[in-house]
Amino acid sequence: MSRPEDTLAADVYYDDSEARKYTTNSRIQNIQASMTRRALELLDLPHPSLILDVGCGSGLSGEILSALTPEENGPHVWVGMDVSPSMLDVALQRDVEGDLLLADIGQGVPFRAGSFDAAISISAIQWLCSAESSDTSPAGRLSRFFNGLYASLKRGGRAVCQFYPKNDQQKKMITEAAVRAGFGAGLLEDDPGTKNVKLYLVLTVGGTNIEGKGDITGVVEGMEGVDVMDIRRKAKNLGGGPMKKGSKAWIMQQKGRMERKGRIVKATSKYTGRKRRPAF
Amino acid sequence: MKVLTLNFLTCAVKACKSSPASHPLHPKDAELVQDELEVNPDMIVNVLPRLDWTALRTTSSELGFPPLPDQPPTAEELEADDKKLKDLHHLLLETSISEGKLVCGNCGHEYAVKEGIANFLLPSHLV
Repeated sequence: MSRPEDTLAADVYYDDSEARKYTTNSRIQNIQASMTRRALELLDLPHPSLILDVGCGSGLSGEILSALTPEENGPHVWVGMDVSPSMLDVALQRDVEGDLLLADIGQGVPFRAGSFDAAISISAIQWLCSAESSDTSPAGRLSRFFNGLYASLKRGGRAVCQFYPKNDQQKKMITEAAVRAGFGAGLLEDDPGTKNVKLYLVLTVGGTNIEGKGDITGVVEGMEGVDVMDIRRKAKNLGGGPMKKGSKAWIMQQKGRMERKGRIVKATSKYTGRKRRPAF
Repeated sequence: MKVLTLNFLTCAVKACKSSPASHPLHPKDAELVQDELEVNPDMIVNVLPRLDWTALRTTSSELGFPPLPDQPPTAEELEADDKKLKDLHHLLLETSISEGKLVCGNCGHEYAVKEGIANFLLPSHLV
C-alpha cells in the first residue's frame, strides 16, 4: 500500500475529495470501527468519561464513543483534534456529537493539566514523523505532542494510539518519544506477521499500580490471546564492578568511545590488548 | 465549542504555558446555540472535580448567564437535586459557541471559532 504520509502534509493531503472518499469508504469505516473498539477495550474505562480523540478526522471513531450504551460504561463525551479542515467539514455534515478543534498535534495539545480521563488516536500519529517544513523536525513534533498529551491526561489516565509505522526505526522513534515524555508505554500488536497487522501504543500516566501489576503489562492482564514479551533492558553491566583499566575489554571500550567521537582509531586485530612477551 | 471544552482549553502559545492568565480563554462576540442532549449524570459527576469552577464562573458571566454559586456543588448535592444537575448539564454540554472568538488573557491571541470549530493552528514562531 502506498503511504500518503510520504507524499504530502496531512492538512494538504486530506482535501475535500480525499476526506469524502475516506469517510464514505465502507472498508475503511469497518477497519476504523474495529480498531476503535479494540482501543476502548484497552482503555477499560469504568464510567462515562471525557476523552480526547487525537486526529479525529471525520469523527468515525468519535461516533462509536458517543454511541456506547450505559451497560458498556458509556456514552463518553469527547473532544476531537484534527489538522485537516476538509475532514472536520465532513464531520460537521455528519453531525457528530463531540467538540471539534482545528489544531496540529505536532504543535502540542492546548488543554490544561489533568483535563482528560483518556485519549484515543486511530491511524494518526505516524503523520507526526513527516515534517513538512524546514523549521520543524519529526523529533520535535513528537516530543511536543507527547509532552502535551502527558500533561493533559489526568493521573492514572490512559491513552491508546493505533498507528502505522513505516519501518522499525519509526516505531522505535515514536515509542521512545512517548517514554521520554514520562508515559509508561507498551506496544500491542494484533495479527502480527500478517498483512493486517495493527499496532497499538498503550500509554499510562502516573499510575504505577495497574491491577496489581507494577507496570504497563498490567493493562493486558486477563485479556485473551495476548502474549507479553518484555524486552526491556535488564541490568546493564552484568559482570558487576568497574572494568579493570588496561584490560582488553577496557581498551575496546575506549576505542569505541573515540570512534564515536569521530577520531581515527586503529583497526582491532588479534594482537589488540595483548601483553608483549618479556623476551622482547 | 461546548462550555465544558472551553473550561479545559488554554492558550496554545508556548510563552503562555506558564502564565495563569492564559486560562480560561475569554469568549468575544460569541454567538451561542443550544442543543437538546440527554443528561448523563455519571459523566458530570466524574468531570466535576476536574472543572475549574472559578474559570467556569468567569465564562458563564461573560456569556451572560445568571451568576453561579461561589462554591462548586458536591456530587451528593447533584444526585439529590435534579434541578441543579439539569442546570449544570445545560450550561456545560447543551450550550455551545458557534461563532466568535476566544481571546487569551495573557498574550491577547485571538482564536477564531467558526461553525463551532475553534482554530488552534499557530504560526510556527509561536509554537
